Amino acid sequence: MESAVTLLSLVVFLPALVALLLAFVPKDRTDTVKLMSLACTAVVFLITCWMAIPGTGADDLRFDLGTAKLQDAFAVDWIPSFDIYYFMGLDGISFPLLILTSFSCLCAMGASWNISKHVKAYCILFLLLETGMLGVFLALDFFLFYVFWEVMLLPMYFLIGVWGGPRREYAAIKFFLYTLLGSVFMLIAILMLYFNSDLVVLARESAYNPTKNPEKWAEIHVAEKVTKEVVAALEGKSNRPIHTFNIIALKKMGQHTLLFNNPDTPLAFGKSIQWWAFLLLFLGFLIKVPGVPVHTWLPDAHVEAPTPISMLLAGVMLKMGGYGILRICYPICPEAAHDLAWFVCFIGVLSMVYGAFAALAQKDFKRMVAYSSVSHMGYVTLGIGVWSIFEANRFNPDYWSMGMNGAMFQMLAHGISSPGMFFMVGVIYDRVHHRNLDEFGGLFGRMPVYTALAFGIFFAGLGLPGLCGFIGEVFVTLSIWNYSKTLAIISAATVILTAAYILWMIQRVYLGAEYKGPHGDHISPMTGREFSIAAPILALAILFGVHPNLLFMYMTPTVHQTVQELAEWTEDVKAPLDARQRTVTAASGDASDSQ
Amino acid sequence: MFELIERLQHNTLQVSLPGFQPELAICATIVLLLLGRMLPFTRWIDTLWIALGGTLVALYLARPWQHLAVGTDVAATPLFDGMLQLDTFTIYFRGVLLLFVALFLIFSRLSGIPDREDAVDIYALVLGSTLGMMLMASANHLFVVFMGIEMASVPSYALAGVLKGRRISSEAALKYAIFGAGTAGVMLYGISLLAGALGTLHLPTMVNQLADMPEAEFAMRQTVLLSGGLMLMVGLAFKLSAVPFHFWCPDVFEGAPAEVDAFLSVASKAAALALLVRVAIGFGHVPTSSVAAVDRPTSAVVRTVAFAAQPAVDAPVAAKAADDKAETPATVPVPLAKSRRFMVGLISLLAAVTATFGNLAAYSQTNLKRLLAYSTIAHAGYMMMPVAAALAVVGRDPELARESISAICFYIGTYLFMNLGAFAVVAFVRNETRSEEIRDYAGMIRRSPGLVVCFGIILVSLLGLPPMSGFAAKLLVFKSLVTDPQLYTLLIIGGLNTVLSLVYYLRVVKVMTIDAEPQDRVLPSFSMLTPGGVFITLMTIPVAGLGIWWDPLNVLAQQAVRQLFS
Repeated sequence: MESAVTLLSLVVFLPALVALLLAFVPKDRTDTVKLMSLACTAVVFLITCWMAIPGTGADDLRFDLGTAKLQDAFAVDWIPSFDIYYFMGLDGISFPLLILTSFSCLCAMGASWNISKHVKAYCILFLLLETGMLGVFLALDFFLFYVFWEVMLLPMYFLIGVWGGPRREYAAIKFFLYTLLGSVFMLIAILMLYFNSDLVVLARESAYNPTKNPEKWAEIHVAEKVTKEVVAALEGKSNRPIHTFNIIALKKMGQHTLLFNNPDTPLAFGKSIQWWAFLLLFLGFLIKVPGVPVHTWLPDAHVEAPTPISMLLAGVMLKMGGYGILRICYPICPEAAHDLAWFVCFIGVLSMVYGAFAALAQKDFKRMVAYSSVSHMGYVTLGIGVWSIFEANRFNPDYWSMGMNGAMFQMLAHGISSPGMFFMVGVIYDRVHHRNLDEFGGLFGRMPVYTALAFGIFFAGLGLPGLCGFIGEVFVTLSIWNYSKTLAIISAATVILTAAYILWMIQRVYLGAEYKGPHGDHISPMTGREFSIAAPILALAILFGVHPNLLFMYMTPTVHQTVQELAEWTEDVKAPLDARQRTVTAASGDASDSQ
Repeated sequence: MFELIERLQHNTLQVSLPGFQPELAICATIVLLLLGRMLPFTRWIDTLWIALGGTLVALYLARPWQHLAVGTDVAATPLFDGMLQLDTFTIYFRGVLLLFVALFLIFSRLSGIPDREDAVDIYALVLGSTLGMMLMASANHLFVVFMGIEMASVPSYALAGVLKGRRISSEAALKYAIFGAGTAGVMLYGISLLAGALGTLHLPTMVNQLADMPEAEFAMRQTVLLSGGLMLMVGLAFKLSAVPFHFWCPDVFEGAPAEVDAFLSVASKAAALALLVRVAIGFGHVPTSSVAAVDRPTSAVVRTVAFAAQPAVDAPVAAKAADDKAETPATVPVPLAKSRRFMVGLISLLAAVTATFGNLAAYSQTNLKRLLAYSTIAHAGYMMMPVAAALAVVGRDPELARESISAICFYIGTYLFMNLGAFAVVAFVRNETRSEEIRDYAGMIRRSPGLVVCFGIILVSLLGLPPMSGFAAKLLVFKSLVTDPQLYTLLIIGGLNTVLSLVYYLRVVKVMTIDAEPQDRVLPSFSMLTPGGVFITLMTIPVAGLGIWWDPLNVLAQQAVRQLFS
């Protein structure tokens, strides 16, 4: 366990440490500063790559492919007087996103080479941002998760506000306000869940019992001291509830006890605690995803941010929304998720269609790419939301599992293609200093290598078979067929819109006889540095398109288990509850009829 | 008769005076400082050392580290026949106040406000005010409440006008004094009404009277009690600078030097909060027999002396005081339940309005001290919220109520460093640039990066973002609000207020970092290696450190409240 603490802490806090170190490097040694930052992101990437080599079992710190359980998990005392622990761990949902983060940061740091203003401050903020992003995916204590979630805000504010485009200050504060509003909702939900949680009830009323079933109890990873308190409480020595911020424990409470949805004590308007908590959490995550109608910060932030930061925003930060819904909203609040499945799906489809139409209407190259993110992330929301587990009157969660796998894959695929697209925009913007889609043309002739790479990356975004974007979209669209045919048809049709805006853009920017805009003489072929960032991105897009199993093998066990647990919950808890409700309603109906 | 005198003598000499040592030490220091005016020895020693030494001796005598340690069991003792209450809560606030005063004395010397001529006056006024605040924190009797507020306020009026000859400063002092006098008058009238309706001013006896009052009689006296309570609240709201009694605050903060602002915003607010807690507990919770038993012999004497005609009411008190924890809605006497509901509503309303108004009004400020004044108003709103929460749950679960109050103790512990740090930055920058306008901070990061980073951390902490200590404080406050569904509105208002406050705190950070340096003049560069810089750094370290690891302060805060609601 100690080695897991060291490893994961190293991964998360190495960037922060280097940032601290950078503070003591003289301001004018910009190359040293950049090289140190690049080396740091590279080291973090290499460590995560090493972890990705399939490991052999429990004591191996490398990722174990066969299991859906938490790996490398540890819970260390942090603020025990408020039940807060330094609890981190990995599973098939967080690990691919962790690698994506470290890879995106490496690419983005490489893309930062032409930043010339306040380089030292830029690198320090960049590395602090990386710590926050990595931490979000590893944290399993709700408080810790929230801290990392918020730690990203301030560096991001400055990175957009200082190094961004002409409307940077507006975009930065808009981003900050939106995200903070979302996180305040999240904080309220966290506190509601915390206060209503009780490990003693969990131990008493479910199979997760420290005395009778120690193995299952160990899955929750509560600290030893807390386990002792729970045992004492079970023996009747205390009657105070034992609250927790442990996300795994909260998940078990949401699925196996009535702590969050006791029908006798609704919170407000007849809805249970978890119903409200789900709504607040979902809103908080939806702002990050972003879903229509709370997406309006995204076009501004993405357009005004410098290229590397746009890459991170699109590549990693949007994924946190999807990750939060998948990791927190659904498992902890299953009843609300079940009842609101149509709402989640509707938001997903709305984002897809709206984002695609908006992208079609854009004149600004970067804004078009930004709206394409809104559209593509809609697939994620949709894929998670499909609660399609009935098939001809029996439980069969395979389609839902497919949808969730598709959503996960879509997150990763978008995490590869979208930074690539932003980088491609950045490359041409660096040369001609404008992004007006109508004033390009003929780049194919002037920059052949760049154009070839751009074709590949944009087609990956489009979802062309054989490239990574295809797999996720197809999985999601297929899975929804059995939930709602209307939604399935709309989501399938969105692919046509996507093709329309991408192809139209390619026609206007890369094809055509000659370049029409200003600064034509500045157009020069791609540099080696630019090539070395774009080429790996395209290579990964092709690799995951041809051999998607490379990603699926990491995530499928955990995703499948998550779905399985929720399906079991529906079968064992929700269905009987609904049946009873129906009987009660029918009985009262009969009674009134007979009168 | 002799027995009575003997008992009084024993109580005073053996119990009360030993528990009153820190206050006595402060008294002695004040006398010494004033004597120094007449005797020549102050020409040889710096009076700062006398004031600082006196404060540290008082802090040593208060021994917060000993009494607040986990596991020690010091009994809560009433001092001076129940006028004061000496418990861990008193000790915590004494510790916070004295620590703050020690830091404040160092800070004011570094920033150079007390010159050779004025120093003695300023130190005497500060210590005098602190004495009043310490009384406020331990008040157990409405007479002490009034006396404490006045002892704390009157020196503050003079402190606000410490910059002699500046119109704006004198105006601030006058405004403060008039406002203070007005609210004190209203409060005193309210206290007299309460005394009339309940026959005593001793808080535990008052609540017993209230609980034992037959319903018919209560209905008769309801109006008097209600207006008395409201008027008492006026005085408290003035000290807390709660809306609508906040009007003095921005003007005084703008007119007075930043050093005095630091003192008013931290010490005065801490004492007022402690007092609010005392009064709220005093009218919302009937103490159990253990406390009442210690209390009774002498408090009965006080009562018979003060209200000779009033018949003793001890018997029913002892009988019903035992069933504290098992209190159910059915067993709560109607007057007590009504008193609680009234206070929960009133304090929630005040807190919500204060936080919202403070944050909204801060938007349009151009002067940094005014902005910070509105920020302190907003923070007063946040800090009042747990009091409402504690009263809402006390009948159901005293343990939860204690936890709520501990949020206030934690908050004030972090707020001390945040506000002292913020005003220290204002004071040191003023010494360099002669300006307190926000626009004159433009582009400061180019020449004084260390200062801007520290100030940025402090502002982010005031805003309440992790990983700064302000977030932990806010988290604890919000946690106290999820305990009861009737507080959810307040919780949502509090949460939205955090979003509201983002814009103006961040504006200051933005001006310092993103905005360009002024063209027409060169900004001075402020080195962090000067004494002022070191002081600011020392304030910033706990602001950030207590955000990352706040377990010790949280444990301390939990210890501070362990004797409340018992």
